[in-house]
Amino acid sequence: MADLTTYFAGIRSNNPFWLASAPPTDKAYNVERAFRAGWGGVVWKTLGEDPPIVNVSSRYGAVSLGGAAMAGFNNIELITDRPLSVNLREITQIKRDWPDRAMVVSLMVPCNETAWTKILAQVEQTGADGVELNFGCPHGMSERGMGAAVGQVPDYIEMITRWCKSHSRMPVIVKLTPNVTDIVQAARAAKDGGADAVSLINTITSITNVDLDSMSPCPSVDGRGTHGGYCGPAVKPIALRMVGEIAREPALRGLPISGIGGISSWRDAAEFIALGAGNVQVCTAAMHYGFRIIDDMISGLSNWMDGKSYSRIADFQGLAVPNFVHWDDLNLNYKSIARIDQDLCIRCGLCYAACEDTSHQSIATSNGDGARHYNVIEAECVGCNLCAHVCPVAACITMIPVHTGLPALTWKEHPNNPSSPHFTGTTDRA
Amino acid sequence: MSAQKIINFTPCPCQASQNGNYLAFWVKPDVLVNKFIDEPDGICNIFRCRAGHVIPLARKDIGTWMADIDDHFRESHPPLTSAQAVTEANRCYFCYDAPCTEACPTDIDVPGFIRGIASGNMAGAAIKILQENIFGGSCARVCPTEILCEHACVWTKAGGPAVQIGALQRVATDWQMAQPTHPFIRAPATGKHIAIIGAGPAGLSAAHGMARRGHDVTVYDTKPKPGGLNEYGIAAYKLVDDFAAREIEFLLGIGGITLEHNKTLGDDLSLDDLARNFDAVFLALGQAAVNMAGVTGEHLPSVRNAVDFIAELRQAPDKSALKIPRRVLVIGGGNTAIDAATQAKLLGAEDVTILYRKGRAQMSATAIEQNWALTHHVVIHFHAAPVRIESETGELCVVTESRRYPADLVLRAVGQKFHPLDGLEIENGRIKIDQNHATSHPKIFAGGDCVPGLDLTVRAVQDGKCAARAIHEFLGCD
Repeated sequence: MADLTTYFAGIRSNNPFWLASAPPTDKAYNVERAFRAGWGGVVWKTLGEDPPIVNVSSRYGAVSLGGAAMAGFNNIELITDRPLSVNLREITQIKRDWPDRAMVVSLMVPCNETAWTKILAQVEQTGADGVELNFGCPHGMSERGMGAAVGQVPDYIEMITRWCKSHSRMPVIVKLTPNVTDIVQAARAAKDGGADAVSLINTITSITNVDLDSMSPCPSVDGRGTHGGYCGPAVKPIALRMVGEIAREPALRGLPISGIGGISSWRDAAEFIALGAGNVQVCTAAMHYGFRIIDDMISGLSNWMDGKSYSRIADFQGLAVPNFVHWDDLNLNYKSIARIDQDLCIRCGLCYAACEDTSHQSIATSNGDGARHYNVIEAECVGCNLCAHVCPVAACITMIPVHTGLPALTWKEHPNNPSSPHFTGTTDRA
Repeated sequence: MSAQKIINFTPCPCQASQNGNYLAFWVKPDVLVNKFIDEPDGICNIFRCRAGHVIPLARKDIGTWMADIDDHFRESHPPLTSAQAVTEANRCYFCYDAPCTEACPTDIDVPGFIRGIASGNMAGAAIKILQENIFGGSCARVCPTEILCEHACVWTKAGGPAVQIGALQRVATDWQMAQPTHPFIRAPATGKHIAIIGAGPAGLSAAHGMARRGHDVTVYDTKPKPGGLNEYGIAAYKLVDDFAAREIEFLLGIGGITLEHNKTLGDDLSLDDLARNFDAVFLALGQAAVNMAGVTGEHLPSVRNAVDFIAELRQAPDKSALKIPRRVLVIGGGNTAIDAATQAKLLGAEDVTILYRKGRAQMSATAIEQNWALTHHVVIHFHAAPVRIESETGELCVVTESRRYPADLVLRAVGQKFHPLDGLEIENGRIKIDQNHATSHPKIFAGGDCVPGLDLTVRAVQDGKCAARAIHEFLGCD
């Protein structure tokens, strides 16, 4: 049986699944329930200075897709709205009662050293295992010079991280905002400031929808809306890319990454870890289904690792990173074509419509014997995968590699590339 | 109840009874059956629940029970809620060249209208249905979808139940009918005037199609009400709340259609006059005659046509006032046989048996229809061909080769046929038409059950729609 124990930024937890800083980790009551359910750790919802902030009603927007609720999720809630002393007391109590679980405290105070020094000392007294600096919240706090307003300026990231490292013995995790052009710069700033780890992504600036009756962006607060932070399954691809960017950056090698963004299952978690994350944080899935999802996450990851003979998380951590390359390192001589399993095909024709209308006209339709048939025209198929993605039947359309007999050839070496040493054409410059 | 309470009561297994709040839960069948069959005319009427269980009612409860007979005829398939509709609509794969559309005799763009339901575009969904099938509301209720669109649904190959296309079609058409305005706009008047004979689905589908194109239409019907089989022939639990009449009121909202009732071709109207006085004539006569079983004794007084029995039931203002004898035999194997047998049971008949001369697979009633009857405790005997009907002993009896079936009422449901008509070419006993629904008379067109083809409401609607298009071209319009 695989050992799921992780030591992330020096913080031990019995599994790699932490609850991210958010409403599920706002109170002792919730965190107790989470730990009883089996979560490995929590990042306590962000603490700020007293007096506490004030929240609005309502707070969440969501994107449902084809009847599936919360494919994407957005919030306009701010940091904790409870007094600092209450939070600190509860954190102390929880850490005392659950010593084997990771307790990290998220922090966000104004951009001055005194404020950070003061709150760090208070958190240290709780016995918490570490702090996470919230440089990501894209709404409400950023307008006050905190959250994403810090995370979007690498110099600020570095400066505050350095304050925290110099005023606390605790590991410092810097939570990064995805609302930047180059995530690597932000991660580098955190590292330069002495961060023990980074966590990402925080939420993406968003408006989920507009109420067409009231003409209010949603979630609507008395007929008006504001941009919020987008998360949930829809953001996972964005998060994976950013995690991968940091993981493959040579200058950041060894910087622990806590993967966040749309993780709903053990498989999502395994993908983040394969792309370099040392652990993962979950929020939307827990808010959607409750804490009991942790059961399948733990057993699913463990069973998958057993099947692959990975005995520890570290055994597969980062294994996909070397394969995350730039486009011009891809083999242009690789070819695959679609194959439709006629026994599995239910004759819905979605592959045909997609290919015929929007791709390469590589699927033929026939109705000779009274039943519809869809077949790939192999000579036309460019292997784009679209048909396989639109097919509602699992494994009905598969992509089959074709042996071309040609050696691997990247764009860097391609004769059509003016920058290639093998360039065969002429350029204006030439 | 006090007298019966001393008996060893058992709960009545009938669902209708359990749903009611009357004192019908407790039955001791042997004792009570004896009590009621001792009544002078052998009529059990309201004193039996639909499953044939005898209801021991105190006199003060009879009023409750009579109200409850309507519960027996409540809708067989209630509508989807709006939440259910969206969930179901989201199951649709939006197939290309969709098999369901191909299977629909009226060519409804099924994925198209379902997408409208999923997206909240009810008006768009409804128009997609109604532009192909103005009787989309009744077809949603009476179509044998299990052998048409839902049979073709790719979900049946994907390991799940078919998308409930009929139920979704009902959601959209019900929405449209609840709107204050008619969804179609009449084209400018053409000055042409068309006569239609028969105000059933074929006739009124054609009427709507022609009225939309700007023609004036007069529809004649032999019956006092329009609707044809929708009004007189479909089982009551399939079209509840006077739906047939409400749908026609909706259809007439297009304008330009005049209905003339109690006008019979041959008596009040002649083909020659019609052809002379109108720019074109569309015959949608249906099948006014019924087939005989072809056995002796068919003319005994307690042998009736199932279609007449159903029509009487459909038109009865108070079904509890209808008398139904204890033992009913239905001869036939189609949907009419199923509808007659099941409704006899719901009225309170104790034993209802269908005699069908062939096997289950040959029965033209679909499996779903058969099961509907069976779950209402109708007994179906296959390979039971009547050889004669007799009443020599004073007891009515249908005799097959192998056994005798005593009965109090025999309903004949061995098919309807086209009532012969002079002056037009006939093919296989029905009016011969070409692909444009034109008959052998240059100004007369025909469609629906009076021409060869499937005897389905949806096919009659398609005939009317196509005939309207053909007549429009015939009149030199477009």
